[in-house]
Amino acid sequence: MNVILDNVPALLSGFEMTLKLTLVSGAVALVVGLFLAALRVSPLTPLRGLATTYVELLRNTPLTLVFFFLVFVAPQFGILAPLGFWTAVLALSAYTSAFVCEAIRSGINSVHLGQAEAARAIGLTFGQSLSLVILPQAVRTVIPPLINVFIALAKNTSVAAGFGTVELMATGRRIATANPAENIAVLVGVALFYLAITIPAGILAGVVERKVAFAR
Amino acid sequence: MSTLLYDSPGPVTRRRERVGSIIGAVVVLALVGLAMWYAAGRGVFDADHWDVLYDPPKGQTSADVWTSIIIKGLGATLRAAAVAAPLALVAGLLLALLRTARTAWLRLPAVVIIELFRGLPVLLMMFFGFIGFGWDAFTAVVFGLAVYNMAVIAEILRAGLAALPQGQAEAAYAVGLTRTQTLFSILLPQAVRIMTPSLISQLVVLLKDSSLGFIVSYPELLRSIQNNAQYFGNDYLIALFVVGGGTYLVVNITLSRLAVWIQQRSTQSSKPPTAALV
Repeated sequence: MNVILDNVPALLSGFEMTLKLTLVSGAVALVVGLFLAALRVSPLTPLRGLATTYVELLRNTPLTLVFFFLVFVAPQFGILAPLGFWTAVLALSAYTSAFVCEAIRSGINSVHLGQAEAARAIGLTFGQSLSLVILPQAVRTVIPPLINVFIALAKNTSVAAGFGTVELMATGRRIATANPAENIAVLVGVALFYLAITIPAGILAGVVERKVAFAR
Repeated sequence: MSTLLYDSPGPVTRRRERVGSIIGAVVVLALVGLAMWYAAGRGVFDADHWDVLYDPPKGQTSADVWTSIIIKGLGATLRAAAVAAPLALVAGLLLALLRTARTAWLRLPAVVIIELFRGLPVLLMMFFGFIGFGWDAFTAVVFGLAVYNMAVIAEILRAGLAALPQGQAEAAYAVGLTRTQTLFSILLPQAVRIMTPSLISQLVVLLKDSSLGFIVSYPELLRSIQNNAQYFGNDYLIALFVVGGGTYLVVNITLSRLAVWIQQRSTQSSKPPTAALV
């Protein structure tokens, strides 16, 4: 157990990095995902096609592959992404935005058809009916799955450990390999840090789900 | 729904839409073209960046390259997934049964296990096997995949059981079936059936996550791409990556389509609750 106590500062700074990765990529993914979802329901076919292609591509690609592309393949095109934090943010938000888009789109689809019909009937435009009628209602159904997407994001930040970002997982691996006798204790310590993010977030998702549940 | 957000367009809107579509298409094509032009300027499309796929240097044949990527690389990926998936399904089923048990001392451990493993990154589980228990890479990858997906599958099945109408169990008890009989011959078959799409998409997640083996040095598809690039030189990385990425896409999209197809085909009137799976 001493090995954890000795390394608390390192683990804490790793945890801070994981939190920062989660928050920054989460914010970027939310904005991009919202934009993609708007494109996916828009009347302009090429934009819809573009968004659909992007989402299908990223959803069926392992996150490791996205990281691999940015770290090893992009330099071949002469695009040198700075290794570390921002590369990780780029990969994580590109990947997560596809899932955010899907969550929002299914929320939009869950709003009753009559709502859209009524909005159209009183003469609202596409933009107006989306932003004034559909989205405010979709938000309620969207929030619990969105929280789940962000929980997955928090766990996915660990992939960055394989590509030169020193976050919680990478810190844990370094300490564990340096203390072979107590490596399981170290990994359990790392696990507790992850659970400190994911379990409260999961409980929050459950509470929100019960709070916003209403009969349509 | 999306078609209801705007009127079926009249002549003016149709014209405007057409103009908008053309502008949109032009912008998209221009961006793609710009990227292509930029890449071509760097010689990305030259034959000497791609001949590794049909006429590789260093005295290798193209068969060697494709064998190392598809047979060995994809083979290793599929092998890990094929071992982990049945383990996860069986253990997940067991956990789901315990989770719905009547006695608290059976239910509580299941709840703890499910919540614990659902909340941890797969990569951490793999490191537990690889560094913590000192297993070889294959076992560590299978362990990570199996343990994580076991918890998720248990949740999916539990949701499936919860989604069944109460009358199913009541009717089963009414005709004199025991609790075990009810579970195995009435409830589970229906729960598995309505959750099949979710289960398949979870298997896609499992397959995708097997690429994490790259980080614990398991020689799977991505690792075989990197090994080939290291052997033949980084100039070939793009060509090799296109092959590797394409392979993942083909396998995963096929599985996803299968899930959608099954969902559409199933004539169940009760809609399965959609679990958000990432």
